[in-house]
Amino acid sequence: MSFLLTCPNCGPRDVNEFSCAGEVTVRPKSTPTLRQLSEYVYFRRNVAGVQREWWYHRFGCEVWFQAERDTRTNEVLSTEIVEPTGRAGTSGPQEAAIPDSPAV
Amino acid sequence: MFTFRGKRVKAFEGDTLGSALYAAGQRVFSRSFKYHRPRGLLCCSGSCPNCMMTVDGVPNVRVCAEPVRAGASVEPQNVRGSLEHDLLAVTDKMGGPFTPVGFYYRTMIRPRRAWPLYEKFLRSVAGLGRIDPHAERSRRYDTEHRHADVLVVGGGPAGQEAAARHAAAGSHVVVVEEDPYREVTPGDFELVRGRALGIWEGGLVPVDGGNVLYRYRADRIVVATGAVEQPLVFPGNDLVGVMLPQAVHRLVEQWSIKPGERAVVVTTDENGREATASLRRAGVEVAGVYDLRRERIREIVGHGRKGVLRSVELDGRKIDCDLLVMSGGRQPAYSLLSQAGARIEYAPESALFVPTEIPEGVEAVGAVTGDGISAAAPAATYNGASGKGKCFVCVCEDVTDKDLKRAIAEGFDSIELAKRYTTVTMGPCQGRLCHVPSIRVYARENETDPGSIGTTTARPPWGPVTLGLLAGRPHEPAQRTSIHHRHKELGGHMMWTGTWRRPHSYGDVEAEVQAVHGAVGMIDVSTLGKLIVSGPDAAEFLERLYPNRFGDMKPGRIRYGVLNTDSGRIMDDGTIARLSEDTYYVTTTSTGAGAVVEWFEWWNAVWGYDVQISDVTGGLAAVNVAGPRARDLLGRVTDLDVSNEGVSYLDARQGQIAGVPCLVLRIGFVGELGYELHFPSPYGEYMWDTLLETGEDLGIRPFGLEPQRVLRLEKMHILVGQDTDSESNVIEANMAWIAKLDKDDFVGKWALEHVQARGMREQLVGFEMEDGRVPPEGGQVVIKERTPVGRITSARWSPELRKVIGMAWVPAELAHDGAEFFVTMNGGFDKAHVRLQPFFDPDGERLRS
Repeated sequence: MSFLLTCPNCGPRDVNEFSCAGEVTVRPKSTPTLRQLSEYVYFRRNVAGVQREWWYHRFGCEVWFQAERDTRTNEVLSTEIVEPTGRAGTSGPQEAAIPDSPAV
Repeated sequence: MFTFRGKRVKAFEGDTLGSALYAAGQRVFSRSFKYHRPRGLLCCSGSCPNCMMTVDGVPNVRVCAEPVRAGASVEPQNVRGSLEHDLLAVTDKMGGPFTPVGFYYRTMIRPRRAWPLYEKFLRSVAGLGRIDPHAERSRRYDTEHRHADVLVVGGGPAGQEAAARHAAAGSHVVVVEEDPYREVTPGDFELVRGRALGIWEGGLVPVDGGNVLYRYRADRIVVATGAVEQPLVFPGNDLVGVMLPQAVHRLVEQWSIKPGERAVVVTTDENGREATASLRRAGVEVAGVYDLRRERIREIVGHGRKGVLRSVELDGRKIDCDLLVMSGGRQPAYSLLSQAGARIEYAPESALFVPTEIPEGVEAVGAVTGDGISAAAPAATYNGASGKGKCFVCVCEDVTDKDLKRAIAEGFDSIELAKRYTTVTMGPCQGRLCHVPSIRVYARENETDPGSIGTTTARPPWGPVTLGLLAGRPHEPAQRTSIHHRHKELGGHMMWTGTWRRPHSYGDVEAEVQAVHGAVGMIDVSTLGKLIVSGPDAAEFLERLYPNRFGDMKPGRIRYGVLNTDSGRIMDDGTIARLSEDTYYVTTTSTGAGAVVEWFEWWNAVWGYDVQISDVTGGLAAVNVAGPRARDLLGRVTDLDVSNEGVSYLDARQGQIAGVPCLVLRIGFVGELGYELHFPSPYGEYMWDTLLETGEDLGIRPFGLEPQRVLRLEKMHILVGQDTDSESNVIEANMAWIAKLDKDDFVGKWALEHVQARGMREQLVGFEMEDGRVPPEGGQVVIKERTPVGRITSARWSPELRKVIGMAWVPAELAHDGAEFFVTMNGGFDKAHVRLQPFFDPDGERLRS
């Protein structure tokens, strides 16, 4: 991978400055069934085409943003910092990241 | 002047190592990959593998294109003996029937027990060149990131013209030229001598500049890589003395070397004529020129002695010669374009493979487009009706036409399969000389045209590249605490923990452990990740991230916390101190700070809590002072009330220690009364020295990581990543108390609820060994039927308890005090007993004292 990614803060940068946290998933709104939980935690759509995903400008401004990327060509169609969806105190719909970081 | 096999060789300025050797009479330059046949100069332009030698210890240098440098030491490679007498040449004489294509998949497999012998032999003959494992690093490689508006690959006429055109339009233009001898007229562009290795996404073109890899990013790429001369395929086409026109041109016109005495030219295009003119100029007797466009010749056979050309036979006519110039026409060097996404199409009228559908942002100019290349349509092979002799399609990998036919017969009927099975096009020339010839053989055998056979996928690199260049300068980043030099002065044995350098111990692990139990010890814990989380929503934010509660904590109190993922797995752990209503001080594991900050920020990108997350890991040093005399020590250097009432267990206080503003955290990772002092890094050495001096009469001793590991094991305090792995959850890790499942929501809650509902499967427990041997970490837990059921995660000899203790994952049914299991030890089994309570001070009386 050597494409350029436009950080919403810093502009176009080498993809190596970023870490990718995979496709954006939807965190269940309330206590999920085991099946729903498994789907949320383990299943990915893994599309061949345009995918919305999380990126972090690790060696830069350390912002989390979302990008629309074509997984077949690595063409990045758009990047944006998203509005938080779950304000404090609410338990409304939450789109959240995939917890797949390794334990250190 | 340089040396070749220890003998001095004279050279002129402008010579390459190869041209100087040729002028000095050297004809055999290498031995071939598989059959160890003698090989000599073929392309003389850095494309083919025939002149690869080891230069100053660097293997696989193409000496024909390597400029001479005084004092260089040149050695032949891939020979046992000398170039003229290679012992492994026996594979050519008798190996033929035994080493057909793919032989390594079929032979030398049985008997199985002989494999080590086979392997030893195969390893010794496989590959090209040798690397001296003891060699000092002779070169230093670097990477440079560069940008160009327009990058022109190829400095020939077409490339220069394109460069001028773009420069005139106001662009910053860079021209990359791989031939060090090509004269490029200076213009309004930057010239870089090097080889473009490929075209990647985002206009990335890495250029091999010798010791520097230039990573060019270009808005626009112009490919002007020209065309590559193709050989003819006939028996004996690899003999020393068989050359491409370019080689003759270079030897004569560039270095004024007479390439031979008597020459025959066989050509399918205009290049043969030009070579003939050069030969005549150099005074070479031209015994015949055969233009295959006009003359029909079905059989060409090169005859030689000891691998060196002596004569050529053309449909039965034998002509003595020591030089045979063959020209199979030129083919566009389209690889870079293909990598960039262009399609490669066969043009039957010119018999050329030309690039089409050039992607946006890329241009192709000059011969690479097929322009100006005279049509040449050589036969697939010239071995006549008899089909005798070895016709090399690929000189890099010693693949003959017979090998290709055999591959087809075995069912590898597509050119992509042929590539993988026979390795044709996969050698050092990267298909430059063998790709089109192999397609022609495939077309003939399949009774179709080359267009239907198609090309194989072009992949980087376009030319061979040293791994050193790709690796760049070896960086081994190390993090050192502000007290690092004190540890070294005190004799600390430094070790790596992640990227940190930390003292393993100061030489006496047991004494350091006993100092903590008996008096007072101190350890540098500056490596802990340290975050400040502040803001009106700080409490709620942390309650959502951790399974614990933090909202009900009074300012000045501390809680242990474990971070989970939504799959319920343990990610990191640390302590959380509430400093004020809306400010928390969070510590993480020593290598976890970066990941935890990333994690916090990520969730908050979704939640949008009003909090600030600041990583202060580098700004603050930390020292843990622990032991029964720790309070006495601290009392001497602070006005803070450090009595048990003043700073109780799990209290956080701010105050001056030795005149330095400090955050004092009373926690007990090592099991004794202890204070973790966090303070500005610049005071690291001062604080360390002050504490050591002040505590001298109390018996203070610094302790390292290893004694700390013994001490924490006595308390069954886990190390995330050591006692837990990517599958562990807090419930089964024996910390169910930490998960407040009655909270509305926290990361990992649902998964932990599920664990609780399904019940415990395995559990992290303590154990002690019945006899005194320390089992290996990672060792197996087995039960009496000798079935492995779990694993040891930690084990140490505890000098305090006088026994071997440890922690292990065992099945839930074994997780009760006193349960027995066995541990594999040197092939035998040692008995262990499960312990659920901490080995040392199980009720925490000393911690709270």
